[in-house]
Order: sequence, then structure tokens, then C-alpha cells
Amino acid sequence: MKKINKKSLNGFINYGIVIAAFAVIQVLLGMGRLSNSLQSLLVPACCYIVMAVSLNLTVGILGELSLGHAGFMSLGAFSGITVSILLQNALPMASARLAVSMAVGAVAGALGGAIVGVPVLRLQGDYLAIVTLAFGQIIKNIIMVLYVGVDETGFHIAASSERFNLGSDGVAIIKGPMGAVGVTKLASFTAGFVLIMITLLVVQNLVNSRSGRAIMALRDNRIAAESVGINVTKYKLMAFVTSAALAGAAGALWGLNYSSTVASKFDFNTSILVLVFVVLGGLGSIRGSIIAAALLYVLPEMLRGLGLDDFRMLIYAIVLILVMLATNNDQLKALVGRVIPKRKKVAANG
Amino acid sequence: MSFLNNVITGVSLGSIYAIIALGYTMVYGIAKMLNFAHGDIIMVGAYMCFFAMGSFSLPPAAGVLLAVVVCTVLGIVIERLAYKPLRSAPSLAVLITAIGVSYLLQNSAQLLWGADTKTFRPLVEGSLVLVPDQLSISYVAVLSIACCVVVMIALTLFTGQTKMGKAMRACSEDKAAAQLMGIDVNATISMTFAIGSALAAVAGVLMCSAYPVLSPTTGSMPGIRAFTAAVFGGIGSVPGALLGGILLGVIETFAKAYISTALSDAVVFAVLIIVLLVKPAGLMGKYVPEKV
Repeated sequence: MKKINKKSLNGFINYGIVIAAFAVIQVLLGMGRLSNSLQSLLVPACCYIVMAVSLNLTVGILGELSLGHAGFMSLGAFSGITVSILLQNALPMASARLAVSMAVGAVAGALGGAIVGVPVLRLQGDYLAIVTLAFGQIIKNIIMVLYVGVDETGFHIAASSERFNLGSDGVAIIKGPMGAVGVTKLASFTAGFVLIMITLLVVQNLVNSRSGRAIMALRDNRIAAESVGINVTKYKLMAFVTSAALAGAAGALWGLNYSSTVASKFDFNTSILVLVFVVLGGLGSIRGSIIAAALLYVLPEMLRGLGLDDFRMLIYAIVLILVMLATNNDQLKALVGRVIPKRKKVAANG
Repeated sequence: MSFLNNVITGVSLGSIYAIIALGYTMVYGIAKMLNFAHGDIIMVGAYMCFFAMGSFSLPPAAGVLLAVVVCTVLGIVIERLAYKPLRSAPSLAVLITAIGVSYLLQNSAQLLWGADTKTFRPLVEGSLVLVPDQLSISYVAVLSIACCVVVMIALTLFTGQTKMGKAMRACSEDKAAAQLMGIDVNATISMTFAIGSALAAVAGVLMCSAYPVLSPTTGSMPGIRAFTAAVFGGIGSVPGALLGGILLGVIETFAKAYISTALSDAVVFAVLIIVLLVKPAGLMGKYVPEKV
């Protein structure tokens, strides 16, 4: 009983951190203390936090490496943008349109997750990783040649510009390699905050439920879990699809934060970036993912201002390698354990 | 005739993929890690050859030699500094470190040599005309295929006959047992990285000769494709890397010629997914059932 209490306490601390951060940033915004460049980072940072927490569900909680998380974000972004433009007249209220677009983005992500997950989750380890990587590339490639538009006669979708016969009054939503253009910006920092809270609610409740324990049992020992009657496919799919749906919602928010979005934004490098957030934050640690995503997204952007623009990514790479070497160094671990004996206990409780 | 031309282009591109995939497969077989920095070693090799032939106007052979030497040293240094301390760490930690090394190489290249695209002068120019105006093979393609054959034969002999090669196979089966038999596991792993990086240098020079554009990100996409090829053929298997590489090259060329240039990547990766669903360990990989 005591342990469960601790777990829910842990969850409440996460909500608290997010609410406090939101309040502080709102106050700073109100006082006009945030520069324009920092303000423009708020919504993307929210998106990356949601991406990191949702990827942590796949990599940390389910224990399967996914290298195509940006693919789901892409699905969510482009379906969200499409819906927001289609509903422009039917639903004039911006916040309602944003909510519907994000919901549709989540559904698109979930569908993508289910399509990949059903056949692919039979594979394990690095093979699953390579297939998710391949899937991310396929989505990027398909959206790059996709033309979507709407005119008087209805909804048009084509795979090349020649076959894309949009009426003269029509609005092109996705224009192949140029991506989605002329998007009305709907996203706001508050929407990002709400999305993070929903993500935390979904992920933390899933992790602390019966299903969540089944998922973690699969991670720790698949054969043992299977032998006590846990349905492998069902629980793996549950975690994978939830993760993809959240990524889709984050994608929709991302897409509606810019006036134009190209599919090549959601490539392998974006997937890797999110994976870096998850691993540096700590596998399976929701709080770690939130903090790592926020810090690592904002910090390199802040280095821009320090005249270190050319060295920005180089520093990032070196820090990444050094952190991985330091956190996996046994001597250093032993030293930290001796200096702060409590650390071990805290780490054990997660 | 255009069909035959496509086959030739596909096989020569596939030979380059196969050479890169060999590096991936050998490193994976022995160190059980996905070396994401492999693609960037290709890029470093190509730059070395570019500068040797361009700035110092050395003959092509010297350029290739320089590229091979630099990449071999680079491979060993990376392994010693970044991967060796993580030998007992979880595989994800090693993966992230490899990604870090990949970023490091790309960004160092960008700082040192600029982000602009350079035009690579091919090692050999001209082409062999088989049927006038219809069928020809460029000398670069001939060279790529020849290199691939030579590398394959050499590697098969090396892993089958020499002491070091046998040590490599022993390490990839069971590191602890190999160590008990008196094999220097660390030296063997270093050797694997050295060979893999040398092959990457060769592949980089060949690739830039065939597609003469060179920039700091030149290596990353071929790296991912070659990694796909290695998985395709069954990762850890040397003949699998050859088969996977050539199939991938042919599929990519055919997809470009008969389906759509923009969708060629999607076709390649879709084929990969289908193959993995039917044969989960790749075309020539051994499927090892889990024992309880």
C-alpha cells in the first residue's frame, strides 16, 4: 500500500512541476520579461515534452526501441492542419478548432501506430527499431509527394501535381515537397500546457494501472509474463498505440504553430532528438523526460545568442557523449554512491 | 536495353551499399551495437580523398590510400574513446553515444570544411560501351563491382582462415569464452572497427565518384540505407550483407526508374518491412529460437 501511495505522490509532483512552470512562465510573459525568441520556443518545447513522455512509454515502459516516433508526429501534423483548414468556416472558434485538430491528429497517430504495431510488434529489439525507422521514412516520403486540397466540388487528394486538378477557387492544403502552406496559426502556450497535462494524465494512469504493470512485466521478462497469462500483443499494442496517439496530438499542435510545415521536418533526426531526450532524462522516468526535453530544447537555442552559433551543435554532441560516458562509468557511480548514500535509495524507488 | 542499364546501375549502387553494410554487420556481430557513426566515416573518407586529389593533386590511388588510413585511425580512436568505456553499459546508452559521435563528426566536418556542397572529381572517368548508344557501363560502376567482389573474397578468407579472423568469429559467438581461450577481446574489437572504417572509406570514395556531390551530411542517408541492407540480409552475416546491399541497390534503382523518384525510399523501406515480417532474422540471418 505504501508503495502505491509513493507512486501516486510521484505523479502529483510531476503535475505540480508542470503547473508551476506554466505559472512562472505566464507571470514572466505578463511582465514582458521573455524575449521574442524565447517566446517562440514555448509551443515547440511543449510539443517536444509530449513527444518525449510518449516515446518514454514505448522505450522506457514497454522497453522497445522506436526510431520512427517523428513519423507519428508527421501524421498528426498534416492531418491536424488539413482538418483545421477544412473546418475554417464550420467552426469559427479558434480554440475549438485547435482541440478538434489535435484530437484528429491523435486519431491519425493512433491509426498509424496500429497499422505499424500489429504486424511489427512480433519483431524484437533492433529489428523493431529498424522497422520503426523505415516506417518513419515511408511516412515522410509519402507526404512529400502528396497533394491535398479542397474546392467547391469537394476534397481532392492526389499523388502528383499533374493529377491534382483543383478548381480555381480551391485551397491547396498540402503541396507535395512544399508541405502545408498558408496555415492559420492556432496553437498557443496554454494549449501546449493542456496537452502536457493530458499526456501526463494518460501516461501516468496507464503506468499505474493493471495494464501498465502488465506492460512493465513484458519489458522485464517477456517469457515469464507470457507464462502467467499476459497477452503480449494486446499490451504491447496498447502502449505503442497510446504513444503514437500522443505523438500525433503533439504533431497537430506543432503543425498549427507555424504558417508552413514541410514533411522533411519530421525525419530521422527528429526521432533521434526525442530519443536523446528520453535516454538522458532516464528511461522510464516521466519527470526526467519532461525536464530533459525542456532543457535540451531550450538550451541550444539560447547558445545562439552567445555568439556560439557555429559551435552549437558541436557542443551538443560533445555534451551528449560525455554525459553518456559519465552516467555509465562504474567508478563515478561508486563515488557518487559514497558521497551521497541516499541517492541509491531514491534511485531504487524511481 | 534500358532494363539492362538499370540492372547495371542497381548492381553497382548495391555493391557500394554492400561494402558499407559489411562494416555495419561486422561491428554489430562482434560488439552488438548499431554504429550510427558509420555513415559519417564514409563522409570523412570522401573528404580526405577530395582534398588529396584536389588540393594536393595527388594521384587517385594515393587519395584512396589516405582516406583508408585516416578512416582506419578514426575508427580505432572512436572505438577507444567513446565505445570501449561502455562495453558493459546497456545497449541504448551505446546507441545514444554512437548518435553523439555521428553529430560530432558531421558538425566538425561542417566547421572544418564548410557546409557548402563540393563537387567530387571521380576516380576514373568515361565508360565502357557494350552496345553503341544503348548499353554502357561507367568505369566507376565497374570499379565498384570489382571492389565489392575483392572485398567479399578477402573478408571471407580473412574470417575463415586467419587467426585474427577466427578470433573475431569466436568473440561474436561468446566474448567470455573467447577470453578464456586466450583471445584478446579488446584488440579484436578494435580490429573489427578498423576494418569496418577502412571499408567505409573505400565506399565513400566510390559513392562520391558515382554521385559526385560532397557535403557534411553526405554519409547519413547512405549510412541508413546500408544499415537497412545489413538488416535485410541478416545482420551479423557477411554474405547476407552482400546480398542485402545488392538487392537494395537494385530495388532502389528500379523503383526510381519504374515507379517514382520521390517514392523510391518508401518502396525500399516497404520491401524491408515485408521481408522482416516473413523472415524476422533477415534473408540469410540465422533464426535463433528463444530458450527458456
